[in-house]
This record gives sequence, C-alpha cells and structure tokens, in this order.
Amino acid sequence: MNAQRETLLWVAQRASAAVLAACVLVHLATIIYAVRGGLSAAEILGRTHGNAAWLTFYSIFVLGVAVHAPIGLRSVFIEWLGWRGVSRDVALLLFSFLLLVMGMRAVLVLFA
Amino acid sequence: MSPLAVEVWRGGAQGAFQSFEVPRHPSQTVLDVVTYIQRSLDATLAYRFACRVGMCGSCAMTVNGIPRWTCRTHVDKVARENKLVIAPPRNLPVIRDLVADMREFFDKWARAKGSFGGTQTRRDDFARVPPDSADRKQVDAGIECIGCGVCYSACDVVAWNPDYLGPAALNRAWTLVKDERDGATIERLRAVAGDAGCHACHTHMSCTERCPVRISPTAGIAGLKREVAKAALRGKL
Repeated sequence: MNAQRETLLWVAQRASAAVLAACVLVHLATIIYAVRGGLSAAEILGRTHGNAAWLTFYSIFVLGVAVHAPIGLRSVFIEWLGWRGVSRDVALLLFSFLLLVMGMRAVLVLFA
Repeated sequence: MSPLAVEVWRGGAQGAFQSFEVPRHPSQTVLDVVTYIQRSLDATLAYRFACRVGMCGSCAMTVNGIPRWTCRTHVDKVARENKLVIAPPRNLPVIRDLVADMREFFDKWARAKGSFGGTQTRRDDFARVPPDSADRKQVDAGIECIGCGVCYSACDVVAWNPDYLGPAALNRAWTLVKDERDGATIERLRAVAGDAGCHACHTHMSCTERCPVRISPTAGIAGLKREVAKAALRGKL
C-alpha cells in the first residue's frame, strides 16, 4: 500500500465532497427558483445555450462527481466484497471516466 | 431477589448458549455472575479475568449484545427482565467459551507502530513536557487505555474490513504522534494511512460510546487523518 497515494485520494474525496455540497445546494436552489411559474424545455435551453457561467458551474459539478464517487466506492468494495488491488482500481478508473464522459456530454449538449 | 437467568456461550466459533440460574446479590457484577457459574455450577467454563477492579483489561465480554468490561458492569444496570446473555467479545477468534484470542488485536498495535521511538540516550537529561501544552493534553486524553478490546469489539469497520487496525491501535499511534519525545512520527503516519488504517474509519463512534475508561479513539483517529493529510500534502509520506 502506498501511504502517500492513499492519503491524497482521501484528501481528494474530502475536497470533492466540499465542492459537491456547494454544487448540490446551488443546483437545488436554482431548480426551485427557476420552476416557480412552470418551465418548458425551450426555456431551459434558452438559458443554458452559450451561458459560460452555467457551463463552468456544471463542469465543476461533473468533475466533482467523477472524483468523489469512485473513491467512495473503493471503501464500499473492500467492506462489502473484499475487493482490493489493481483490478478494483482499474474498474473504478473506468467508472470515473464513464461518469465524466456521460456528465460532460449532457452539459455540452445543453450548452452548445 | 429472584435468581438471574443467564445464557453463556459454550464452545468455540461453533457452539451454543447454555442456561444457568444464578442467585442475585446487591452490587453484583457480571464477572461475579460468571465466576459463580465457574466455581459453583460448571467448573469447565473458560473465561478471563485478573484484577477485578477495571485496570488490567482482561475481562471484556459481550453482555446482552454490548461489549463491556465485566468486572465493573453491575448486573442491575444491564440485566433485562432479570436475564443476561454473555458471549465472548466480537471481532476476535473464540478460543473456548468466553475466551477470545487477542493476538490479532495486539499485533495490530505493533503494525500501527505503537511502540515508543525515543531520540535520547540514558545520558541525556529527563525530557520536560509541560502538562498544559496542547500536545500533552491530547496525549493525556488517550493514554489511559487498558487494552481491553471493548472498542475493537464494538467497531463495525473491524467486522467489515478485517485488516482495519481498529480504534485501540490507532489511539495508541495518536498518543505517540503527539508525544514530543518520540522520533518515529513519519514511519507511524505511514503505517496508519490508507484503507486498513485511519482512513477506513467511518466515524460511527461505537468505540467512543463503549470505551470503559472514556477515551475517544474517534477523536484520535480524526487527529491522525489530519496529521497524515498534512504530511502527504507536504510530500513527506
């Protein structure tokens, strides 16, 4: 076990948790504010298209998820399945990549 | 007082509970109950004790589902409807009846670098550590561990992840990290990092809840997480 790597992963998970806490609050507050008088798909796209602030915020959100979830799953896999080692870490890297690709795809579609 | 109905674990990992009836007395402890059974009802019952006054840490058992030091646990505080179920401490291999194999528990203290790494020789003067210094206060808060294994037995993370060093070993490591006379801090932080060390703790606080001498291993583990993170960010691990 590499103590330096393990610890930096832990720090990354804590830091991404802090980012996600802020992102989720902003996300939920914005939804509640935006749908007060009803909301159509066209209205949503009207606000997100070409909106650089929106793109930046949701890119950070997606990145936070792609960092946070796989590191948390490492512990779940140890405790529930006893799964450790390179195979687990490769699987989680792929999972992280999947989250990043799917998330950024959705963000870019709404932005472009 | 009506007699106490007691169920006691007999056997090793495979076994069964055996029923006994034990006379009640004022101020009777759970250890008194087990001792009565062994001396008056069934001499083959195996259990551990030494000091009987909460110092040696050898009499930990599971009493009505909760890990406890039995010599200082009064029957009238823990009996439910005049019944007691007494089992060996959880998370440790059972040798026989109420006796658990403590080797893994103490081996983990060694794995967490739980021995003092002095930097001075016998020719040096005594180290003077001010009792009111911040580090000394942290050491004082955790140093009185009696090694009973109650925290280890209470910990769910140990049950899920058998490699986890556990609350007692990590608490020991923390008291040494905060000991200004010790010179092995980086090796110790390296030993307690990762998914078998302090980072595995979920902060359930069962150890803190159950520790009979009211230490908070959770606080020590949180301290280790901070110190390990600081060392890692400085590239020292």
